[in-house]
Amino acid sequence: MANIPQEEYIFKTTSACAGCSSSLCLRHILKAAGPDSVLVVPACCTSVIQGIYPNTAFNIPVYNVAFAAAAAVASGMSTALRAAGRKTNVICYAGDGGTVDIGIQALSGALERGTDFLYICYDNEAYSNTGMQRSGGTPLGAATTTTPGGKTEGKKDLDLIVEAHDPPYMATACSAYPIDLYKKVEKALSIEGPTFIHILAPCPPGWRYPADKTVEMGKLAVRTGMWILYEREHGQLSISGPSKNAMRKPLPIEEYLEKQGRFKNIDQRSITVLQQQVERHMARIAREAEGIC
Amino acid sequence: MSERLAISKPVKAACGKTGTWRTFRPVVDREQCNACGLCAMYCPDGCIDDDQNIDLEFCKGCGICANECPKKAIEMVREED
Ligand SMILES: Cc1ncc(C[n+]2csc(CCOP(=O)(O)OP(=O)(O)O)c2C)c(N)n1
Ligand code: SF4
Ligand code: SF4
Ligand code: SF4
Ligand SMILES: [Mg+2]
Repeated sequence: MANIPQEEYIFKTTSACAGCSSSLCLRHILKAAGPDSVLVVPACCTSVIQGIYPNTAFNIPVYNVAFAAAAAVASGMSTALRAAGRKTNVICYAGDGGTVDIGIQALSGALERGTDFLYICYDNEAYSNTGMQRSGGTPLGAATTTTPGGKTEGKKDLDLIVEAHDPPYMATACSAYPIDLYKKVEKALSIEGPTFIHILAPCPPGWRYPADKTVEMGKLAVRTGMWILYEREHGQLSISGPSKNAMRKPLPIEEYLEKQGRFKNIDQRSITVLQQQVERHMARIAREAEGIC
Repeated sequence: MSERLAISKPVKAACGKTGTWRTFRPVVDREQCNACGLCAMYCPDGCIDDDQNIDLEFCKGCGICANECPKKAIEMVREED
C-alpha cells in the first residue's frame, strides 16, 4: 500500500497463532509510530508471542509489566522522557482483560493525570493467553471456557468510561481496516496528552472460526454494527468511512454471530437483546455525529 | 543494575521457523495477480513482499492472503509431508 511505510518493526515471526489479528494490528501500529517509540505491555498474548528470553521478535523497546500496571508504568515513563526533553512515543498495548477489568484503575489514573501517551486496547473479547476465559469485554451469549453455556452478562462499555475522562483524542478501530488504524495511530501520536484507541481484534481459537476468516470477521463486525468505527477529537465525533457506509443499511447481526463457534448455542432472546443494543448504539453515535447530543 | 534486568535482543526467528506450522501453503498465480498489495497488507506476520513473494520459511499458512485476494489469485495447496 502506497501510503504505509515498508519498514517492519517485528522480525519474522512471533509465536502468535496463525491468523492472529492482534499481530496484524501491531504490525501497522508500529509502522505508524516509527522507531522512536516504546511499547508497554502488560501480561497478555502480546507478552508471550515476542519470543523466549534472551530473544525477541520485536525490534523496538518493549517493557513487559505486571497485569494491572501498564498505564501507571507508562505515566512514569512518559514523565521521565519528557523531563529529559525526549519526544519518544509511549504506547501501552494491552488486551481487554488487562484494560476493562484488571488495568482499569491505572488507565483511569493516567487519563486523569493527563499523561502524554497512547493507550491501545486490542479487544479479543476474552482472556485469550490463558485459555479463553470470559472477561468484562466478552459479549452477551459468547461461550468461553468459563461461560460454556454462553455469557449471561453484556460487554462492558469501555469507550463510555474513557470518554468520561474527556481525553483530547479517542478512537475505535478494527484489524480488518489497517489503513484506518494506521491513520488513527498517526493522529493520536500527533496530539499531546492522553490518547486512546480501542481495537476490535478477532481471535481464531477464541472465537472459534477458521484462521483465514480473520479479516472477514472484522468486516462483518463493522457491517452489522456490532462494532462502530469512529474518532472523537477534542469532543468532536466523526464516524469513519466503513461504518458510515455500514450504518446506512446494516446487515442483521446473525450474519456475524453464525460464523463463530462461540455463538453456536446462543438463544433467540440474547440475539434480540444484542440486536437492540446494536441499534441503540448506532443511533447514539449517529446523533452525536450530527451534533444532536 | 543492567545485568540484573532481563533484556531480550531482537533477532530474526526468535520463535523458530514458523513455516513448519503450515498444513496449507499459499501459491500465487502471477497471471491472475494485479499487484494490488492487499495480501501483503493483510498478512499478520509480514511474510509477503511487494512483488508477492511469500517467505515460506516463516509463513504460518493462515490463509488470510488467499481469502482476501480480490482476484482469487492465491490458492492454498496442501503441504506434502
Ligand atoms: C495478576 C495476574 N493475574 C493473572 C495472570 C495470568 N494471565 C496472564 S495473561 C492473562 C490473560 C490476559 O487477557 P487479555 O488482557 O484479554 O489479553 P489476551 O491474552 O487476550 O491477549 C492472564 C489471566 C497474570 N499474569 N497476572
Ligand atoms: S490466542 Fe488469539 S490473540 Fe492470542 S495469539 Fe492466538 S489468535 Fe492472537
Ligand atoms: S491480493 Fe491478490 S491480486 Fe492483490 S497483490 Fe496479492 S495476489 Fe495479487
Ligand atoms: S498464509 Fe497467512 S502467513 Fe502465509 S503469507 Fe498468507 S497471510 Fe501470510
Ligand atoms: Mg483478551
